Amino acid sequence: MAGGNPASTTEYIQHHLTNLVYGKLPAGYERHTEQGVEVLEADTWTMAHGGQEASDMGFWAIHVDSMIWSIGLGSLFCWMFLRAAKKAHTGVPAGWLNFVEMIVEFIDGAVKDSFHGRNKMVAPLALTIFVWVFLMNLMDLIPVDLIPELLMMAGVPYQKIVPSTDPNITLGMALGVFVLMVYYSFKIKGSGFIKELTMHPFNHWGFIPVNLFMETVGLLAKPFSLGLRLFGNMYAGEMIFILIATMFAAGAGAGFVSGGLHAELFGESTSGYFWLVIFLLVSGICWLNLKEKISTGKTVLLSMAIMAIGGGLFALGGGLMQWGWAVFHILVITLQAFIFMVLTVVYLSMAHEDH
Amino acid sequence: MELVIIAAAIMLGLGALGAAVGMGLLGGKLIEATARQPELGPMLQGKMFLLAGLIDAVPIIGVGIAMYLIFVVAPGVGA
Repeated sequence: MAGGNPASTTEYIQHHLTNLVYGKLPAGYERHTEQGVEVLEADTWTMAHGGQEASDMGFWAIHVDSMIWSIGLGSLFCWMFLRAAKKAHTGVPAGWLNFVEMIVEFIDGAVKDSFHGRNKMVAPLALTIFVWVFLMNLMDLIPVDLIPELLMMAGVPYQKIVPSTDPNITLGMALGVFVLMVYYSFKIKGSGFIKELTMHPFNHWGFIPVNLFMETVGLLAKPFSLGLRLFGNMYAGEMIFILIATMFAAGAGAGFVSGGLHAELFGESTSGYFWLVIFLLVSGICWLNLKEKISTGKTVLLSMAIMAIGGGLFALGGGLMQWGWAVFHILVITLQAFIFMVLTVVYLSMAHEDH
Repeated sequence: MELVIIAAAIMLGLGALGAAVGMGLLGGKLIEATARQPELGPMLQGKMFLLAGLIDAVPIIGVGIAMYLIFVVAPGVGA
């Protein structure tokens, strides 16, 4: 899809970073379509074509792809675990049930380690957050072009399949955690929470504004860093997958088709020499055929093989790098899901500490 | 526009530097503590991974922003 020149590489990256947005365009808005400029006569609710329109839709716009993928994965989690829960028995578990029991016990242990209050909701919440965030992160391991390209053939212009690379999703989850934190702080501590906010570092009434400022900043920083950490990790990971794709996919495709385009990795000239060597090898084989040293069948076979190896080297390079980053990324996605869960539990635990 | 590349380089470099120091300290202390009390090993390792993830987040976010700067904000400079 991406060519070698920077402009289309940038386009490719930006295309991959654009959500499918549904929102309202105001009356009189000029839409740049393939048929020319179209001026809207009334307020229109529609899908945005490109990032510019998406940002012009303002606040009331929905990232349809993020919503569908995240809610879909959440339902998948509920359904899969419900199926296991219905089948649960006291005997030795096997297969899927075994796996689910393992996860539940793991989360149970982690929550028992860091949560010391009494609350029936925290452990299920932790399980949901861990598995849900993990599933959303797991979408990152699906080859970057696969689903967006397939949907493009079906007529969907933009698609971001990893919901956790959308700050709206991660900060939304963090906001949910924040609401729970504040709710339980008030419920458990009552006026003690107010006291904590106003009297905490310096226990004197004259310091109330200073205390309030410091504690509020500390309180707000928690959900903010929680959401931003997950977003940043997944965004950077996705970006690296996309960049590897731009480096190699172009070279490999060109290698099979025309055998003359440059790949970003070796730079224009090196890649040119690479293809020159391939060209010389193929010419040599043809020359041998002219001298009747080898048969025509072998000539065709050898030429095809050399060209395939040339193109394949680029494909292999891209494939290996994608694979290598994906293997490292398995650690990152699991760790980030785990951290999101543990921090949620720790924050809720702090909300339950009554002095 | 070239300054954007410099900014990305500083971002990547200093982020990696800080994280490397942090990770080094973390791993070193983990091995020290595990050597002293091997029975605490698994528990400490779990905590170590948690902190490693926390340390890891800052430079990784830096990488993300740097990539964005290089390939989206200032595309085609020297490429």
